[in-house]
Amino acid sequence: MSGARKRGRAPGILPGLVHGLVTTARTALRPSHTAEYPDVAPTLPPRSRGVIALLEENCTSCMLCARECPDWCIVIESHKETIPATTPGGRDRQRNVLDTFTIDFGLCMYCGICIEACPFDALFWSPQFEYAEYDLRDLLHDKERLRGWMPTVPPPPALDERSAPPAEVAAANRPARPAAGAAAGAGAGAPGRAGGAARPARGDGAERPVRGSGAERPVRPVRAPRARREEDS
Amino acid sequence: MTLTMSWLEIALRAVAVLAAFLSLPLLVGQTEHKLMAHMQGRLGPMYAGGYHGWAQLVADGAKFVQKEDVLPARADRRLYRLAPAIALIPYLVALALVPIHPGVAVIDVPASVVLFVVATGVGALGLLVAGWASANKYALIGALRAAAHLVAYELPIVLSIASVALAGGSLSLLTLTQRWQPHWLLWQLPGACVFLIAALAELQRPPFDAPVADAELVMGPWTEYGGLRFAFFLLAEYAGIVVLSLLFAALWLGGWHGPFSDQVGWVWTLLKGYAVAVVIIWVRVAWPRVRADQLQRLAWLVLVPLALAQLALTGVGVVMGW
Ligand code: SF4
Ligand code: SF4
Repeated sequence: MSGARKRGRAPGILPGLVHGLVTTARTALRPSHTAEYPDVAPTLPPRSRGVIALLEENCTSCMLCARECPDWCIVIESHKETIPATTPGGRDRQRNVLDTFTIDFGLCMYCGICIEACPFDALFWSPQFEYAEYDLRDLLHDKERLRGWMPTVPPPPALDERSAPPAEVAAANRPARPAAGAAAGAGAGAPGRAGGAARPARGDGAERPVRGSGAERPVRPVRAPRARREEDS
Repeated sequence: MTLTMSWLEIALRAVAVLAAFLSLPLLVGQTEHKLMAHMQGRLGPMYAGGYHGWAQLVADGAKFVQKEDVLPARADRRLYRLAPAIALIPYLVALALVPIHPGVAVIDVPASVVLFVVATGVGALGLLVAGWASANKYALIGALRAAAHLVAYELPIVLSIASVALAGGSLSLLTLTQRWQPHWLLWQLPGACVFLIAALAELQRPPFDAPVADAELVMGPWTEYGGLRFAFFLLAEYAGIVVLSLLFAALWLGGWHGPFSDQVGWVWTLLKGYAVAVVIIWVRVAWPRVRADQLQRLAWLVLVPLALAQLALTGVGVVMGW
């Protein structure tokens, strides 16, 4: 013992033993770390990636999510519907109606790219994670089931103090544009963009103007774009 | 024990000691489950029985009963079957000898100290028999270590108990506890430490569990055992804790001595014994295993001289009339 001390190593046997007793006793007196999971729900951080929820009203079947998904585990099918012109002599409009929206959670790797990619805020992370199944096929969540996760989506976390205001708020607060811009703004309160005066303003979701790229492309099942992308690259 | 004791009383006492033998080790085992868990920041068993897993060991017992009874092909069948009994029954006898209440021990024989020492020594032989009969190299190595253990640690135990016997001037556990006085706490302190350490070693409890060191010897002498026989070995280990804790409480902590000892003396004995058992569990959690050679060194170079010194001190004390 004294030899060990001379060499400047461990403090010796006896203090070591006492230290062991003290440590264990102190740990015993503190609350334990065990999470009693099935009995007590865990408190998850706000950005937990549990399951992906779909807000169908916002989805335009633009397929961006399906194309960006590295696992190709999103399947989208949709058809076009024509909305007759509201004013006489006006142009009929077309919109996409979602038929199928399925995410295969047996393949999904929870990267969140689909949610990042969606330009229309139709996909959200929900912290719900208790959807294990006995059958692999039951991990295919169709659009009703994905919709069902929506109530579990937490409100977005508050912005950091002194951070820049969100783009939408900044746009809404911008002073009204000169007359030329207002004419192009489709009369919807003109949430214009800097340098984007010539483009039609983005709609508010309920009745959305058909975007050029999405409308021209024929709607087809998700496997088709893959071939195209591979040609591109 | 007088010969006039009726058969009924004998039966009652036997049943009582059997009940204690089957329940107290479970209590210690459950305490170990829970205390060890909390010392490691866990909760331990929580489900069995509903309230904080109180029935975990009962459930374990039920599981052990259902297991297959495996007999190694080259085992010595008779010895292999006998070993759990050799480990278990002596502790039953020893438990019956421990004084519980003023004037009450289940068996009260004139030289109960000697009988106690013999009984616990035989209990430790169970491991030896098990290791030999299993025809397995790990079991055999474990058994040899257990034998070395036994030789090394039986002596300090006997010497430290002898010191108390000398101080009390009797070979009867009941009389010794009767004559216990508070100043023995200090006077017999070295002997108490020696006994506690040696008792840990005798029980093959960590930090002296080299014979069953599961990292090197699989499970030592228990390697080939499973099911009910293994459960008996476990029961023997925990019964050993109970017996030695109660003996320590009786000889060194004054057993039933305490307020209202006439009515609740047995409660004092049990409480003191339980406290000792908790210390034994605590030590298991806190300290690492001692190597086989360190263990021998500790026994022969520290414990035996210390126990002899205690004996000398006691002798001086008795002569001087402390
Ligand atoms: S989280 Fe990643 S893997 Fe899962 S669906 Fe979205 S993009 Fe595909
Ligand atoms: S990216 Fe968004 S809007 Fe486009 S198909 Fe996917 S979910 Fe619908």
